[in-house]
Amino acid sequence: MPASWILLIIIALSVIGYFIAKQRALASGGGDRRVLHSLPKYYGTNAALAAAAPALLILGIWMILQPVVIDSIISSNLPEAVQADRGERSLAMADVQRIADGLDTAVSRGAMTADEAVDIRVGASNVRERLAEVGVALGSEVDANTLQMAQEYRALTSTGNIWRAIAVLVVALGGLAIAYMMTHKDFRARNSVERAILSLLIAAACVAILTTVGIVFSLIFNTHDFFSRYPAEDFFFGTRWEPSFSGRGGASDLGFLPLIWGTLFISLIALLVAVPLGLFSAIYLSEYASKPVRSIVKPLLEMLAGIPTIVYGLFALLTVGPLLLDVFGRDGVLGVNWMSGGTAAMTAGLVMGIMLIPFVSSLSDDIINAVPQAMRDGSFGLGATQSETLRQVILPAALPGIVGAILLAASRAIGETMIVVLGAGAAASLSLNPFEAMTTVTAKIVSQLTGDGEFNSPETLVAFALGMTLFVITLALNIVALWIVRRYREQYE
Amino acid sequence: MTDLTTTPTPGGKRHSYGSLLDESPRTKKRNAAETRFRVYGVIAISIGLIFLAALLFAIVRNGIPAFTQTYIVMDVELTAAKLDKKGNRDIEDIKKVSTFGYNPLIGTALETLVAENGVETEINKGKELRDMLSSGAAAQVRFAVIDNPDLIGTTQEFTLLAGSRVDGYMKGRVDRESLARDPNLSPAHLDIVDALAADGTIKRIFNWDFITGTDASESRPEQAGMGVAILGSFFMMLVVLLLSLPIGVAASIYLEEFAPQNMFTDFIEVNISNLAAVPSIVFGILGLAVFIQFAHLPQSAPIVGGLTLTLMTLPTIVISTRASLKSVPPSIRSAALGVGASKMQSVFHHVLPLAMPGILTGTIIGLAQALGETAPLLLIGMVGYIATNYPDGVASGFLDPNSAMPAQIFEWAKRADPAYYERAWGGIIILLVFLLTMNLIAILLRRRFERRW
Repeated sequence: MPASWILLIIIALSVIGYFIAKQRALASGGGDRRVLHSLPKYYGTNAALAAAAPALLILGIWMILQPVVIDSIISSNLPEAVQADRGERSLAMADVQRIADGLDTAVSRGAMTADEAVDIRVGASNVRERLAEVGVALGSEVDANTLQMAQEYRALTSTGNIWRAIAVLVVALGGLAIAYMMTHKDFRARNSVERAILSLLIAAACVAILTTVGIVFSLIFNTHDFFSRYPAEDFFFGTRWEPSFSGRGGASDLGFLPLIWGTLFISLIALLVAVPLGLFSAIYLSEYASKPVRSIVKPLLEMLAGIPTIVYGLFALLTVGPLLLDVFGRDGVLGVNWMSGGTAAMTAGLVMGIMLIPFVSSLSDDIINAVPQAMRDGSFGLGATQSETLRQVILPAALPGIVGAILLAASRAIGETMIVVLGAGAAASLSLNPFEAMTTVTAKIVSQLTGDGEFNSPETLVAFALGMTLFVITLALNIVALWIVRRYREQYE
Repeated sequence: MTDLTTTPTPGGKRHSYGSLLDESPRTKKRNAAETRFRVYGVIAISIGLIFLAALLFAIVRNGIPAFTQTYIVMDVELTAAKLDKKGNRDIEDIKKVSTFGYNPLIGTALETLVAENGVETEINKGKELRDMLSSGAAAQVRFAVIDNPDLIGTTQEFTLLAGSRVDGYMKGRVDRESLARDPNLSPAHLDIVDALAADGTIKRIFNWDFITGTDASESRPEQAGMGVAILGSFFMMLVVLLLSLPIGVAASIYLEEFAPQNMFTDFIEVNISNLAAVPSIVFGILGLAVFIQFAHLPQSAPIVGGLTLTLMTLPTIVISTRASLKSVPPSIRSAALGVGASKMQSVFHHVLPLAMPGILTGTIIGLAQALGETAPLLLIGMVGYIATNYPDGVASGFLDPNSAMPAQIFEWAKRADPAYYERAWGGIIILLVFLLTMNLIAILLRRRFERRW
C-alpha cells in the first residue's frame, strides 16, 4: 500500500474519531454540555490527535529508516572492495536502486506484468532496453549480480511496505480506540489536547537544532571522507589549487591557502568600501538628518540590502568590471595596465562593499541610537560641538557595538557567493594585486559541486571540506560578534 | 557653537580673550571641523544613493530591450510537393518532414521578399538569407502546419523570429564593425535588414515569449524565456510558505510564550541566531547531503529547493514572529486568563490573531529573500539549463527537474553570447518586479493593520 493511501486512511480515521468522540462525550453527559469538563470539540480533537499523531510519527520514522536498513542489508552482497569505499558503494547502490525503481515503473505503466518483473533475468531479456522503453535510462549494461540485488531490494521493499501499512494502521486504530474509551464527561480533554499541542510547538522549535545538527553532520561525514582520500596537510597548507577532473584522484592540487587568501582579500576590499560609507551614513542619518530626509533616505539605502545577490553579481560582471577595465586596464584612462580582465578581486570587492553598506549602516544606526541621550546632553552642556560629541563621546561608547557590526558584515562578506562567482574570476592565485582575478572558498564550492559529480572523488568531496572551514569561520565570527553586541547592549540597559 | 559673523565693535576696547561675538581661530577650526564632519556624512550617503541609482539604471537600460523581439513578416508558400509527398494529407506523413524540409521553403520566401523590396545585394541565395532568421523559425512553420494540415498548398503569412544578430542590430547592440569578426552574419545582411525595417517587414514587437517561454540552447538566445523558471520558483515558494510559516510560528509561540528559562531554551535560541547568519551556500550543502545524498529525493526538484530554502528562511520568520508576539501587550494575556481562558487559549485566541499582521509581513519578507537566493539552488542541481520543459501537472511541478528565476539568470550570465546578457538583465527586471510586489504587499499589510498599543 503506497504511503499516500496510508496517509488518506489516517486522515479519514481521525476525522471519524473527532465526530464519534464528540458524540460520546455529549452522550455521557446526558446531552448537556455544561456537565462536561471541557468543550465538546476538545473531546473530538483529542480522539483525532490520538488517531493521527502517533501513526504519522511511525509512518515518518519508518519511511526514513526503511531505505537505510534495506540499503545496509543489500550492500552486504556487494564485493568487499566496493563495500570498503563509501563512494563506490553509494554508486553501486544507486545503480541497484535505479534498476529496482525502473522495474517498478515498468510494472506500473503496464509494460511488464508483476511476475515478469520478478522473473526477469540478464541473459534472457535485455533489461536495459526494456527499461529504456518505459523511460528509465540506465548508464551501463546490467550485470547479473546487480539485477539480483535489485530484485532483492524490490522484495524487501514490498515486504517492508506491507508491514509498514499494518503497523501504522494498527497504531492509528489503537490510538483511536483508546481515546474513544477514555472519552467521558469527567475526562480532562482540554488538558490532554493542550499537552499535545505544546509538544508540537516544542517539536517545531527543535527544527532549528535539527538543522544545525544536519549541517554539522553532512559536513563532518563528507569532510572525513575527503581527508581519507586526500592528505589533510596538503589541503590546509597547499599553495596551489588545480583540480583535475580527467584523471580521477590523479594529479589534483587542492590547496586551501589561495582560496582563503582570495576570500579574505575580497572581503577586506568590501569592508574598506562598506565600513566608512555605512558608518558615516549611519552617523548622518541618526544625528544630523531631518526627519523627512531620514524617512526618504533610509528606506532607499535599505533597498540595497533587499536586492538579490545575483543582481549584484551581474552588475559586477557586466557593468563594474568593464568600467574598471577602462580605467585600470591596458588602454585605460590611467594607462597603467594593472588589470587584464574585467573579473578581478577589486570588481567583486567593490560591488560586495555596496551590498554591505545598508547592513553596516542599519546596525550602526541601532547602536548609535542605543547610546543614552544623557551622554549627548552632558557633552553639549560642556560646550562641545555636535561632531566633537560624536567623535569623543558617542563613538567611543558605541565602539564595541560597531566592532560587532563590522564582524557581522565580515562574516557576510566571507560567505557571499554569487558576487564572487560572477565577478571575481576563476583563477586561484596568491597575489597582492587587487586587479587580478582571484577566487574564493564559496566560488569553489559552487564550481566543485555543480554538475553530475558523484560523491567519490576528492575533487567533489573537497567542497565539503571547504564548506566546513567556511562554516567554522563564519560561526566563530558570528558568535564573537553577537557576544560583543549583546554585552554592549546590557551595558546601557 | 557661535556662528555669528564678526562685527568689530567700534571704539570699544578689545580685551585679550576676544569678544564672545568674535570667532576666535580655535572656534573657527572647531566649526570647520563640524562642517567637514557633516559633509562626510552627506558624501557617504550620496555615494550610497549614486550606487543604487547606477545599479537601477544599469538594470533598466540593459534589461528593457529583452522585452521586445525582432520578427520578420513574410509569405511562405507551403508547397505540397515538399511537405506531403504522398498527397494524402496523412498527419503521420506530415510529421515525418523535419525542420530541414521546411528550410528551403523559408529560403525561397526570403528570396522573394528581398526581390520584391528591390534591395540590391550580393546575397541572393535563400540558404544565406536564412542566416537572418532564428534557427527556430523552421520549427515555428512546421508546428503551424502540423496543427492545421489544410495549410499545405497555400501561401501563408508568417511572423518569424529573427536571429539574435539581426535582433541585436535592431536594438543597437550589434554594429557593422563587430560583425566583421562574426561568422554568423555579414554586413551585407544588414543592408537587407535596413531596407526591410524601413517598410515595416522587419519589426520589433513585445516579447511575450520572454516571460512565458522556456530556456533555449546556447546558440538560440532569441528564443530563451523565463516562463519555466518562474514556475519553478513558484512551486518552490509554495513549499517554503507551507512549511516555514506553520513551523516558524509554532517555534516562535513556544519560545516567546511557553518556554521556561533553562539551558534547553537557550540552546534553541543560540541555534536560531546562528542559523540566521550561516552563509546560504552552507544550506545548499546541507540540502545536497541530507535531501539528495541521504534521503534520495529527486535531484533538481523544486521540492528539494523548497525544503532547503525553508530551513534557510525559518530563522528570519522566527525572529520577526517573536518580535510581533512580543509587541502584543501583556494586558491582553492577563485579560484572557482573567476570564478563565487557559494559557493555550489566551495565546491562540487572542495573542496570535493580534500578532498576525506582523507575522505575515515578516513571512513575506522572508519569502522575498528566499526568492532571490541562488547559491543553494545551484548545489542541489536546479541550474538554469534544465528549465526547457513545462511541468505536466502539479505533482510534476514539485518533483520534475526545474530551475528557478535567479538560477536561470545566472545561467544566462555565464553564456558567452552578449545576446544572453540582455536576457539576464531582462530576467532581473522580472525578478525585481516580483520582489517589489511582495515587499509592497508587506508594507501595505503593515500600514493597514499595524496597531500601536
